[in-house]
Amino acid sequence: MGMEKEHRHLIFLGIPVMAVLLLLPLGVSRFYVYLVSLMLVTGLLATSLNLVLGFGGMYQFHHAVFYGTGAYALALVVTKTGWPWWIGFLAAPICSGALGLIMGVITVRLSKLYFGMLQISLGSLVWAIVFRWYAFTGGDDGIHGIPVPDLIGSSTGAYYFTLAVSLTALFAMYRILCSPFGRTFQGIRDNPERCRALGIHVQRHQLVGEGLAGFFASVAGALFVTVEGSVFPDLLFWTLSLEIVIMCLLGGWFIFLGPMLGAAIIVTLRTFVGIYTEYWTLVLGIVLMLLIFFLPEGALGLVLRHREPAAGSGKEA
Amino acid sequence: MDGAANITAAALLQQILVGLSRTTILFIVSSGLSLVLGVLRIPNVAHGSLYMIGAFLTYSVATLAGGGTVGFIVALTVAPLGVALISFVVERGLFCHLYEREHLMLLLFTFSIMLVFGDLVKLIWGSDYRSLTAPLFLQGSFSIQGFPFPRYNLFLLLVGPLVAAGLWFLTNKTKIGKIARAAAVDREMVGAMGINVSWVFAAVFVIGCYLAGLGGALVAPTQNITQGMDHTIIIEAFLIVIIGGLGNIWGALLGALIFGLTDAIGILIWPQFAIVFPYAAVVVVLLFRPKGLLKSTW
Repeated sequence: MGMEKEHRHLIFLGIPVMAVLLLLPLGVSRFYVYLVSLMLVTGLLATSLNLVLGFGGMYQFHHAVFYGTGAYALALVVTKTGWPWWIGFLAAPICSGALGLIMGVITVRLSKLYFGMLQISLGSLVWAIVFRWYAFTGGDDGIHGIPVPDLIGSSTGAYYFTLAVSLTALFAMYRILCSPFGRTFQGIRDNPERCRALGIHVQRHQLVGEGLAGFFASVAGALFVTVEGSVFPDLLFWTLSLEIVIMCLLGGWFIFLGPMLGAAIIVTLRTFVGIYTEYWTLVLGIVLMLLIFFLPEGALGLVLRHREPAAGSGKEA
Repeated sequence: MDGAANITAAALLQQILVGLSRTTILFIVSSGLSLVLGVLRIPNVAHGSLYMIGAFLTYSVATLAGGGTVGFIVALTVAPLGVALISFVVERGLFCHLYEREHLMLLLFTFSIMLVFGDLVKLIWGSDYRSLTAPLFLQGSFSIQGFPFPRYNLFLLLVGPLVAAGLWFLTNKTKIGKIARAAAVDREMVGAMGINVSWVFAAVFVIGCYLAGLGGALVAPTQNITQGMDHTIIIEAFLIVIIGGLGNIWGALLGALIFGLTDAIGILIWPQFAIVFPYAAVVVVLLFRPKGLLKSTW
């Protein structure tokens, strides 16, 4: 996998990037602070998908359902109960982690495309319930104007909160991937039969992976509510899920930070393309086609391959 | 669940008939999806888009041909062929260069097609919904024990078995069908026999997409033709194909029956969350038969 090698490259890059991220609100307008917050949230979401997609080899085609569930869990706790905001923020990952496990129990028995198709279908059920349950979830209007604690209420406050939480989550995911569990998980991706023969419980690892992915996706969902202050059913619609897959593909899904880069590119593109045309999905579709034809290992994958030819070889799902 | 007490036998019968006509559409669309899945091993996400394009094309052709019975029959013939032509161009122009890639890339490619088609439909037909009236001889309804049953639904109930028979004939009795079934099992072997597998794939892909277009054309008079109908149908078709067994056309029939009927009965019992019923049925089926009801081709 070469994760340590890649780590060495990125640590030099990491320090200036961190400095820029920390000082950002001092130098740019509120719009760009908001945009970078959105990039961090989406990047965290894409990285959490990549945990199972790129590193677990699981065709997680409906990841947005965990993101949306996390966002709705926070929004509902804040608006429907008198509990403090922070309880809501804790409820989000618990709900989605549980949903990940429940869906996992049904889906991990299947593999690859079968798994993915079933997941799209089950996730769509969650979407449909959120979409139709007007009394509870606000239906297709969603819930808007969700209050945020004063401490992180300003756009700068929300930004620093998002930065702190997403970096912590990224670090946690990185540690998980380097742990024995993470190694085994990657081993399962590369050769499930051999792992099974070695006595590794493949499905149990995949189930745990599913729960973890759901957990981190919902952290991103809760951060989205912090930044945006609203939730709507599109957050758990399956086209968003495939959009996240595109982010992973675009950045390079065999590299830990690839999805982060892919998310940043897609968020930027969507924001600026949106100014000129309403046909964003057309643009996204064409970007995806070009990617598949010309850049299947992603942007970061291409860069790393040119820097160090060995890093580009010997990887395939 | 307050409505549960008021369900009468006649209402149930009517709802079952409505469910069966819905099944027809679901079967036609998902059998096409299943065919492509079985032979090419690709869940064609753009299948729903082709269904939507079929519906919009039916509307446009019917309007161009002057409407009425003639317009409808012309549209019903031409629109699915138009969809087949579109899929042929996409397959030969872009898709066929990717067959060597892994499945995930192929799936994502069909997703990109879906994104592009979705916006192209918006560009061509605008964001408004369209509605098409059925031809005169299929309008109105007759009564079953005092409940009205639309004539058009009866027409659908006749078309369904016809398509099923046609598919059976195609896969079992024609040469291309036999080659396609062989390619589904062992594509290297078929290639070694001197058959151009790439063109077999093209043929199967086009037939599958034709069925999506036909489903769209048939559904056009029964509902508003809108943006977003591609999303709904593709999820339903995925579910149907999964419970039926991937790539098995008769599985698609069985799955469509289960889906259509549980949906129809769900509407009777709990209208707001009728959608929960077919999903519950799917989960139950999968708990007992994780690979679907009938034997899948892979």
